[in-house]
Amino acid sequence: MSNSIIKVENLHKSYKMGNNALHVLKGIDLDIKAGEMVSIMGSSGSGKSTLLNILGILDTYDRGNYYLDNIKIEKMNETKAARFRNKYIGFVFQSFNLISFKNAMENVALPLYYKNISRKKRNQMAMEMLDRMGLKEWANHLPAELSGGQKQRIAIARALISNPKVILADEPTGALDTQTSYEVMNILQEVNKMGITVIIVTHENDIAHRTQRIIRLRDGIIGENITNGDFQPITDNEIFTNN
Amino acid sequence: MFNSLQEIFSTLKQNKLRAIMTGFSVAWGIFMLILLLGSGNGLQHGMENNFRGVAKNALWIWSRQTQVAHDGLQAGRRIQFTNEDYDFLVNMFRDDISNISGRFRLWGQGTVTYKDNYGDYDLEGVRPEFKNIQIVDIIQGRYLNQMDMNEYRKVAIISLPVKKALFKDEDPIGKYIRISNVPFMVVGVFENPERRDDEQIYIPVNTAQRVFNGSNRLNELAISTNALTVAENKRIEEAVRTTLMKRHKVAPDDKQAIGIWNTLEHFKQAQGVFRGIRLFVWVIGIMTIIAGIVGVSNIMIILVKERTKEIGIRKAIGATPWSVIRLVLSESIFITALSGFLGLVFGMGLLSAVSIILKNIAQQSPQVENIFYNPSANLSVVVSALVVLIIAGLIAGFVPARKAAAIKPIEALHDE
Repeated sequence: MSNSIIKVENLHKSYKMGNNALHVLKGIDLDIKAGEMVSIMGSSGSGKSTLLNILGILDTYDRGNYYLDNIKIEKMNETKAARFRNKYIGFVFQSFNLISFKNAMENVALPLYYKNISRKKRNQMAMEMLDRMGLKEWANHLPAELSGGQKQRIAIARALISNPKVILADEPTGALDTQTSYEVMNILQEVNKMGITVIIVTHENDIAHRTQRIIRLRDGIIGENITNGDFQPITDNEIFTNN
Repeated sequence: MFNSLQEIFSTLKQNKLRAIMTGFSVAWGIFMLILLLGSGNGLQHGMENNFRGVAKNALWIWSRQTQVAHDGLQAGRRIQFTNEDYDFLVNMFRDDISNISGRFRLWGQGTVTYKDNYGDYDLEGVRPEFKNIQIVDIIQGRYLNQMDMNEYRKVAIISLPVKKALFKDEDPIGKYIRISNVPFMVVGVFENPERRDDEQIYIPVNTAQRVFNGSNRLNELAISTNALTVAENKRIEEAVRTTLMKRHKVAPDDKQAIGIWNTLEHFKQAQGVFRGIRLFVWVIGIMTIIAGIVGVSNIMIILVKERTKEIGIRKAIGATPWSVIRLVLSESIFITALSGFLGLVFGMGLLSAVSIILKNIAQQSPQVENIFYNPSANLSVVVSALVVLIIAGLIAGFVPARKAAAIKPIEALHDE
């Protein structure tokens, strides 16, 4: 039994563009341990967004294998994919993607709605989560009334509320200034310390250097796989105790 | 359920004006449907009022002159019904006839007096069974009965206008009126709901024959049958006609000598017309609602397009395609159901207002009730309209919901 949370073998993906096929991923091998904090870097067109979409079960792949928590993720219907996303994955986006007409608490509570948790219970859980993010007094504000950093913290709270195994963050600091970026990274690091695997797609070196491992994509293959400092993969047991 | 309602409200609040405008088209459609159906019902009730005073399966039989020479008898012979015809029909059609009465009319003997008041009225000798054929409301006293017949009593029942003309405010029961100077005791006052102004007096038929030199003659016969269908009633009508023609030696091809008015046949014909009208109204109504549905569908499609990103987010955080479909469908059903319900209420309100106004008018001129009466939409109409609404909502939401469910989160979440 490996403690890989994400294991990818020889992953291929191409998009049809008219008569031509655009080969985006050309055989990716990747093994991310539970509790790791990894950044994926690469220039635009290197396939990093495609890889993130496949890891998030938002997109399908053509060839190869993908195991999420030792479950093989194959072509599946959308209902099943949605259940997987809801159970395993929390998304954080560059543009926050909060629902504009719902207040902070409702936004955070939304994933629980799709878990059929009662309104009272999920609002209470959302409030607790906001409290942990230091945003309790902003619970009844709409996203438009909040700063970028606050919005991203709410987005992270939303990603965490359903207790996912993996956080997938697509350029989480891309729309933030340096100061706020570091604050968001601090939060993500704390999330990681709770035992949740964090995968960040970024093109900012200073952000990438705050993760334990940097995977650099180049033209659809892994160019470099650099381990930062003294990273020690943690064991299954530790994850349980931390959760 | 409550959860979904919360979701619907929070999104509809975003587009209040648009939701109201869309709802209006549906409300209007249902409003028109209810109005049209109610008016159709009003016309039908008016028509049915025309038949209210008679048994629906009545046969009215009268005689004329023969047109064709037959069996050694010349054309132009006057056919005269008698009590034997009555007895014969009673025996022969025991199973088919529920009520039968001979009618002996007193032509030209109609001067009726009470004290200083007098008038000329329709005078007719009938059997007690006649009350089940020509249905009247007894206002006071009683109808003629078998005892009156058995004892050849000189009793009479008078219609309300006659009572008003002869008795004014006096109580007529037990008083004697004089018909051609023969005293008759008034035992009842009635009103013909079909023709309230008719000045009529009924007396027992055998008394009439004896007192007014009628011998055994009858002018007309009236029957109410046991038939439930037009075909059945028609069969009885033909059998009665054939029997009477044979008895009076009328040529089989002589269509004029004996006339029969088949109420059920005419009632059903009139009903058929109104069924046609109702069908027509439903078609128009549904067409109007379709216009509303297209409107709702249109708006929902735009709404889904605008909410592409939101739906993408929802899918990314775990919304299944079915839950997205439910989101859109429930919104569409909510709009159609709520606005349709308002249209329904307004339509019904207008109908009952019209109904009340008509009732007031009818107090002055009762004829109105024979044209247009009680234009209401009954429960079955309301239930059908509600079913139509829910289906309409489903149809309206179907295309947009499919569109919404097909949204791919990656495309929806793509940063512009």
